[in-house]
Amino acid sequence: MDDKFDLVVVGGGPGGYVAAIRAAQLGMSVALVESDHLGGICLNWGCIPTKALLRASEIHHLLHHLDEYGFAADNIRFDITKVVARSRKVARRLSMGVSGLLKKNKVKVYDGRGRLTAPHTLVVEKDGKSVAEITSPHIILATGARARQVPGLEADGDRVWTYREAMIPATMPKSLLIVGSGAIGIEFASFYRQMGAAVTVVEVLDRILPVEDEEISALAAKAFTAQGIVLHTKSKVTKLDRRADGVTATVVTPTGELKIDVERVISAVGIVGNVENLGLEAAGVKVDKAHVVINQWGETGVKGLYAIGDLVGPPWLAHKASHEGVVCVEHIAGKDAHPLDVTSIPGCTYSMPQIASVGLTEARAKAEAQASGREIKVGRFPYVGNGKAIALGEPEGLVKTVFDAATGELLGAHMIGAEVTELIQGYVVAKTHETTAQALAETIFPHPTLSETMHESVLDALGRRIHF
Amino acid sequence: MPIPVTMPALSPTMTEGRLARWRKAEGDTVASGDVIAEIETDKATMELEAVDEGTLGRIVVPEGSSGVKVNAVIAMLLEEGEDKSALDRKIEAKATPIPMTPPSLAGEGRVGVSPQTQAPAPPAAKLNGSARILASPLARTLARDRGIDLARLKGSGPGGRIVQRDLASAPAAAPAHAKQTHAPLPTEQGTLIPHNNVRRITAERLAEAWRTIPHIYLSIDCTVDALLQARENLNTRAESSYKLSVNDFVVRAVAFALRAVPEMNAQWTAAGTLRLASVDVAIAVALPSGLITPIVRRADQKGLAEISAEVKALAEKARAGKLMPEEYQGGGFSISNLGMFGIKNFGAIVNPPQAGILAVGAADKRPVVKNGALGTASVITLTLSCDHRVVDGAIGAKFLTTAKGFLEEPMTMLL
Repeated sequence: MDDKFDLVVVGGGPGGYVAAIRAAQLGMSVALVESDHLGGICLNWGCIPTKALLRASEIHHLLHHLDEYGFAADNIRFDITKVVARSRKVARRLSMGVSGLLKKNKVKVYDGRGRLTAPHTLVVEKDGKSVAEITSPHIILATGARARQVPGLEADGDRVWTYREAMIPATMPKSLLIVGSGAIGIEFASFYRQMGAAVTVVEVLDRILPVEDEEISALAAKAFTAQGIVLHTKSKVTKLDRRADGVTATVVTPTGELKIDVERVISAVGIVGNVENLGLEAAGVKVDKAHVVINQWGETGVKGLYAIGDLVGPPWLAHKASHEGVVCVEHIAGKDAHPLDVTSIPGCTYSMPQIASVGLTEARAKAEAQASGREIKVGRFPYVGNGKAIALGEPEGLVKTVFDAATGELLGAHMIGAEVTELIQGYVVAKTHETTAQALAETIFPHPTLSETMHESVLDALGRRIHF
Repeated sequence: MPIPVTMPALSPTMTEGRLARWRKAEGDTVASGDVIAEIETDKATMELEAVDEGTLGRIVVPEGSSGVKVNAVIAMLLEEGEDKSALDRKIEAKATPIPMTPPSLAGEGRVGVSPQTQAPAPPAAKLNGSARILASPLARTLARDRGIDLARLKGSGPGGRIVQRDLASAPAAAPAHAKQTHAPLPTEQGTLIPHNNVRRITAERLAEAWRTIPHIYLSIDCTVDALLQARENLNTRAESSYKLSVNDFVVRAVAFALRAVPEMNAQWTAAGTLRLASVDVAIAVALPSGLITPIVRRADQKGLAEISAEVKALAEKARAGKLMPEEYQGGGFSISNLGMFGIKNFGAIVNPPQAGILAVGAADKRPVVKNGALGTASVITLTLSCDHRVVDGAIGAKFLTTAKGFLEEPMTMLL
């Protein structure tokens, strides 16, 4: 069997399926090869199911704070299997949605694993058998990434989980140790803590959420600590003693070595690209540190071979993968494509409180400004100065904006508090289209909304803050 | 059959343009894609590319012509095997209107226009068919701060929008407009005003001229009553289509004198004295930042109104910092006029590689002895500075008296 297409996408995650649909829109005949679930990790084992879980934990939190709103309820309980079942149902529904979208766009889906046998030829294998051979002048690799395994801390699926087991617990763990405080680690920490588990987070670097702005990261640490999450920064898990009923972790902290007994461990120490068994070596594709090397259009250097998404490196975000897919396809189609600007990719952590950001942190902006003889202006606005935040009962939060002092260029925005993951997009639009502080100041924000904090933060950078 | 080359419409709203420069001469072979001329609009200078090949048979519209209507025939291309006689039959024939040809479609029309390689790109928004310039707020802020004309940039953002990175590669505003980027610095001795480019270059060139050129100075008085009368008469008729200045007459008189005394229209070079083929007169324009000398090319072939319009346009461009290098580099002779400041006479420094500069004073009423009787007349004092290596006193004197003759009897400039 030999099938020909204008474009073949390997991997049906948010990078791959979006690329396939965009290519179909541009009139190409498109095939997509997926070995597991359409929608990829994001939809099946990442972004979406964890949001369903976190929603449950928010409800749990609210139910335990009903008194603040004038309600009373007794005997509040939850069934973790039902919470997990709902999360799985959500994932399944969306995966089917992707299948429908691909069908609607006449993308031919191959069930199996794609492997390059030549730069323009791909074999689809299912259960070790070749089920199809596809040729195409353009092949986009979008096979994603998986959890990184650290020697000694390997996940075993029982006592030591990766994100995958962590989102389908059969029983609610009483205690948890989370290794790594990036977005994944922090979201699980938040979920399990809100649901009642004793949670300890260990981070090698000097602060949690190390890619976020330092001030925001400190506020997050304060909020999590107040919730009872134990944070160990500048610390390292050196050993895990696994027993039938739990794990004893050896943690080296700046104040000495600790032995922590927990029921389960979640390893969230980063991810590595799925570069294996793709036939990359044979095709001559360059791989560096488990990620495929590409240029701004996703080109690998081998004619007709492209790579996008988690496979090509950080930030490992679904929306970055989708955007790369679109840029890559539009470039192939000869459209007026625009390379992705890494400083305009938003990042969100859906914990309680939520954290969201885009662009440079204050420290980074300051360093870059100093290097080029420029100055920055920083604006801040706390949620406590916002009427809607008070009315919602969410007075904790901060919106911080970083601008070039001379030009008013928005360099970065950093937010913590209720619904900031929904709000950040305002700044992303502004940043992507090079809106200045002055232009943002002249924008009307609706009252009463949390978004007013975004306006006030800009006004503060200009020395014109009104409500605080 | 000879192929007419017409004035292209560089934007949907363009109705006429200026033929800034011919890059090919009559008789030159032209290949498809060759740049044959430079067309200037109020926004930008664009290169005119030939689509057809052949020989440039005739230049219909001379270099420097302003107000050339879109679709007007500006030159005739001879196809292979044709000779000039074919032209006479063809030129009368009506030219086919040529649609606007954006650069990317250069191959599809008779003529294509592409932005000059180093010069500013064509007005982006105009090419997009809209008078509105698409630019981000940040790009607008930066352009304003750096004195960059957004209309000259091509946007690389979505839909051709001008974004920050487009300004990074934008040509710095012409030297004349280079903004003082450093604030004055107060020091113990006073306030230090850091040099801008124009000031620096002006200083270097003047110092070099003063060090290396042996100057001689010759002064002469010209009675300009007839000239002032002629100017008034002409301006009355102009119905605001032109307004001649005394300086416009001086430019024309100088151009005529240079043609009459070619020894003056010359330059010192290591190999020999170079007699210049064309009469290109540079006019010194004072800017807050320094001096710049835009050039009226072939001034001896231009009428007063044309000179007037051109000088005015060049001076405006100079002040706006929009002069193209070829508009202020070169030139055979300079004129510096401080008459408007009431200066009676002064000696200027020669502007190398030129060999002469004429310092023009104010036209004022002075007592004169005429036919043995004391009377009054309007008099201008001209002071010629010459590079003595090129021009001896006698040549300078001959040039000055010739110029004086044209100025005192402006009718003779009609000849």
